[in-house]
Amino acid sequence: MSPVSLRRWSWIHKWSSLVCTVFMLLLCLTGLPLIYHHEIGQLLGNEVEAPALPAAQADAVPVPADLDRVIAAGKARYPDKVMMYMSQEADEPALWFLTMGAHPNDEKFVSIAVDARTAQYVAEPPIEGGAVMAFLFHLHVDLFAGVPGKLFLGFMGLLLIVAVVSGVVLYAPFMRKLEFGDIRHGRTARLKWLDLHNLLGIVTLVWTLVVGATGVVNTLADVLLQYWQSTEIAAMVKPYEGQPAPKTLASMEQSVQHARAVQPGMAVAFIAFPGTPFASPHHYGIYMRGDQALTARLYKPVLVDAGTAQVTDQRTLPWYLTALLLSQPLHFGDYGGAGMQFLWALLDLATIVVLGSGLYLWFKRGRAAAAKPKAGAATKAAPQAALAREGEPR
Amino acid sequence: MSAGFRSLWGMPILLGVLTAVGLVSGLLGDGWWDVVAVIGLAAPVAVGTWHMFKPAKHRR
Repeated sequence: MSPVSLRRWSWIHKWSSLVCTVFMLLLCLTGLPLIYHHEIGQLLGNEVEAPALPAAQADAVPVPADLDRVIAAGKARYPDKVMMYMSQEADEPALWFLTMGAHPNDEKFVSIAVDARTAQYVAEPPIEGGAVMAFLFHLHVDLFAGVPGKLFLGFMGLLLIVAVVSGVVLYAPFMRKLEFGDIRHGRTARLKWLDLHNLLGIVTLVWTLVVGATGVVNTLADVLLQYWQSTEIAAMVKPYEGQPAPKTLASMEQSVQHARAVQPGMAVAFIAFPGTPFASPHHYGIYMRGDQALTARLYKPVLVDAGTAQVTDQRTLPWYLTALLLSQPLHFGDYGGAGMQFLWALLDLATIVVLGSGLYLWFKRGRAAAAKPKAGAATKAAPQAALAREGEPR
Repeated sequence: MSAGFRSLWGMPILLGVLTAVGLVSGLLGDGWWDVVAVIGLAAPVAVGTWHMFKPAKHRR
């Protein structure tokens, strides 16, 4: 590498890293407990579990309760609220989670868990997994600043990608005289940390790039969903423009049966009720998912007329929402069991060491440069000297 | 491929491919797919940990 390009890449690496490092450290530190949010929720008692059925029913294959009865269980608890959403997790078919509010876009919604087999009320889980997890979650996702906060973190993620790529470019000149994994102990602390920075940076390379890039995609979620609502959902409900909303809502059980009939082999992931952003004033938005590992991550929206329970339209998700949905597991590391979760945590810790050592290396060099103001003159004569202190590339 | 290129980039490329195979494998299925995912992701962690904590070489 020519001295000039080495200096350019060093400049790119230094500034892209410096700007994003503090935020990346925050994301790594808050992300660590979020990897285990289910387990932590269980420990704190914030996770809802389906109650055991009486012995007589426990052995039989449970028959799902009528969905209208499930909704009635929520209405019995909150007679003045309307349904906003209901959803089911792929690994817990015994529970329905109802979201209810004073109106379809109520930000002070409540969440209610109802037994999907008996239609009995189970619990009211704390929103976002309780105060502590909600705090960590917002620090990680939007810095308590909503969509602008998300987009800001997305930009920091882009800088991380620049830092990783420039770091790989610099790996070659720094490692030319060394074998893979060499750590130069016993000389200076800075040299040892430089080698550790290079080692951990290069072994975690692909993981960091994937988690960084999928994190950036996740920050675009709101923007992508808004775009989809204003284009595709708007087109799907176009024929209903100007019609009054149905006065009484059609049976949910029938609506879901009709949706299942057009999408056999798929299960309901979530249902959006009329007036919410994922439906229309005239429709239920029934979002189906597949039953395979990959298809369970993807949704197929079926629009059902909320007055007649008949299917109006169905679409495949556009590519950008498919990309968004697939980028979620790749960011969370929640798709390969406990082993993957643990490795995710270790890789996160390794990234913290890379970030921390990078900061230390910059700090040390900054002090070394300040202590030797004449070094600048030497730099002009031999440009590589800028990086060549203490056995760095020559 | 020169020996220099291989000694410089061989291990990083191998670990990168194993990581990528692991990340994708977990998405495609459960059971054995998840085992492949764990092996793929364990490779960079194991190699990094070994070199980080291996006994220091004698100085020449």
